[in-house]
Amino acid sequence: MTKKIKNLNLNFGPQHPAAHGVLRLILELDGEVVEKADPHIGLLHRGTEKLIENKTYMQAVPYFDRLDYVAPMNQEHAFALAVEKILKIDVPIRAQYIRVIFCEIGRILSHILNVTTQALDVGALTPSLWGFEERETLMTFYERASGSRLHANYFRAGGVHQDLPKGLEEDISNFCDTFPKVINDLESLLTDNRIFKQRNVDIGIVSKEDALDYSFSGVMIRGSGVPWDLRKSQPYDCYEDLDFKIPVGKNGDCYDRYLCRIEEMKESVSIIKQCLSKMEKGPIKSLDGKISPPSKKDIKQSMEALIHHFKLFTEGYRVPKDEIYTAVEAPKGEFGVYLISDGSSKPYKCKIRAPGFSHLQSMDYLIKGHMLADVPAVLGSLDIVFGEVDR
Amino acid sequence: MNSLEDLEKKINSELTTKINNSEIKHNQIYLETDKDDFLDVILFLKTNLDTKFRQLIDITVVDYPENNQRFQVVYLFLSHEFNQRLVLKYSISENEVIPSLTSVFPAANWMEREVFDMYGVNFKDHPDLRRILTDYGFEGHPLRKDFPLTGHSEVRYSEDQKKVISEPVKLEQNYRNFDYESPWEGTKYIKEEIENNDKKN
Repeated sequence: MTKKIKNLNLNFGPQHPAAHGVLRLILELDGEVVEKADPHIGLLHRGTEKLIENKTYMQAVPYFDRLDYVAPMNQEHAFALAVEKILKIDVPIRAQYIRVIFCEIGRILSHILNVTTQALDVGALTPSLWGFEERETLMTFYERASGSRLHANYFRAGGVHQDLPKGLEEDISNFCDTFPKVINDLESLLTDNRIFKQRNVDIGIVSKEDALDYSFSGVMIRGSGVPWDLRKSQPYDCYEDLDFKIPVGKNGDCYDRYLCRIEEMKESVSIIKQCLSKMEKGPIKSLDGKISPPSKKDIKQSMEALIHHFKLFTEGYRVPKDEIYTAVEAPKGEFGVYLISDGSSKPYKCKIRAPGFSHLQSMDYLIKGHMLADVPAVLGSLDIVFGEVDR
Repeated sequence: MNSLEDLEKKINSELTTKINNSEIKHNQIYLETDKDDFLDVILFLKTNLDTKFRQLIDITVVDYPENNQRFQVVYLFLSHEFNQRLVLKYSISENEVIPSLTSVFPAANWMEREVFDMYGVNFKDHPDLRRILTDYGFEGHPLRKDFPLTGHSEVRYSEDQKKVISEPVKLEQNYRNFDYESPWEGTKYIKEEIENNDKKN
């Protein structure tokens, strides 16, 4: 007697806690083995690029917070750099250090979230409880500098919005002293944990060639042994003056990517420390009155400042006709902005290159032949945040 | 190639007629080509030992509705070996079908789907050309310049029909686009002087 066997189609998400947001994944299963994965994205699509085309350059900044919402300032950085390069303006050194500090804080924020939720997906609850306490501290730093915990809107073309409040530098420095212990605690829970290793070692292996072909970047390509980091290879702001290492994986599996992220957090702490020690008092945004808004005090006393203020917040500054692609090393990989300006005060076109988009695209290639239970593990190690994938 | 100038020379000498225009700015190289030649150009850039643009960073389209050839297709490449970035562009008119890049770069799959979704540009030989970012059953191509910012339809849950329905957009107040740009450019003789200074610089 023969029986007909049919593959099972399984709908994973969009309301599944292990889908890390609104991912709908159509899986074709042969028993428990995944034959095909078809991710349906776009459930969080907000038309960011269209909106940016209709706003002035300054109004476009907050949209970048809402892309990868676990590391908001890294995105703003890419946009600020793109506009600065077209306008050919210099950023004061103190502003560069502040921006790098907050980008590295963003990196730690993102990596804590990823490492601990990946552990959660494979069954470990405690790391997320420990990790989220540290994230809360870091978000307080965000709040003290910019006024909000998540949607900072802090970076500007030419610098940052305002100087750090009194005492923040000391508090960040104290955090850098205590945080390495927390990383060690997390590692003691996970790195040699038998269950964690069984779930992650040799799962979702990416070879060097495929990492290039699938446009991987960030930890996804470094985990496969390609030493590529934009902070080193195409340094922006003051990364050139800083001393840090690029952790590289060996096997390109989920476990190596986890190790890379842990090491990167340690490097980030060292970068923040270096910035804090090198930072001196000084201006925090471009001194060009046509681009940086004047202080409230100046508006009360100077007619010119008043006019500048009025023009900047109605028309905005005009950006000469040009085009540019600028990329930064965001926690998840290469985050880029392809900006076309037409001489007016609004971008003609602003294409956002999100690293998660190309990572998620390879889901089918990564998961083929794995078990159903490996789907959350692979998805977790891809570090997907839907804000940036769907834009 | 180690420097962008050498690279530009190399590309221009190897591909002569296939490159319409090349330019170096912002530490990147910008090339313009034709629709018929771009596959050859890309294959050369990917495989040649002096270029090695192994990574496709992104594909996008820029819409210029006033032009005869309305869409400009843009490809961004990265070479890890030489640490260089390259932007390749060509123009097409509205209903032209362009070849897909999926056989050369697997990563092009979703990027082309996004371009199709957002601009309505069709790709030949694409394995799976579906909409990607917009809703199931969406109509229109949102990133075209003639697509309104508020869109055409909005969805809501209908209590009567017990399902999600789509209706034409109704706004209490339309999206207001203020023109802040002053048409006044100063008296004539000052304007001429500024222009002359710009020319001198």
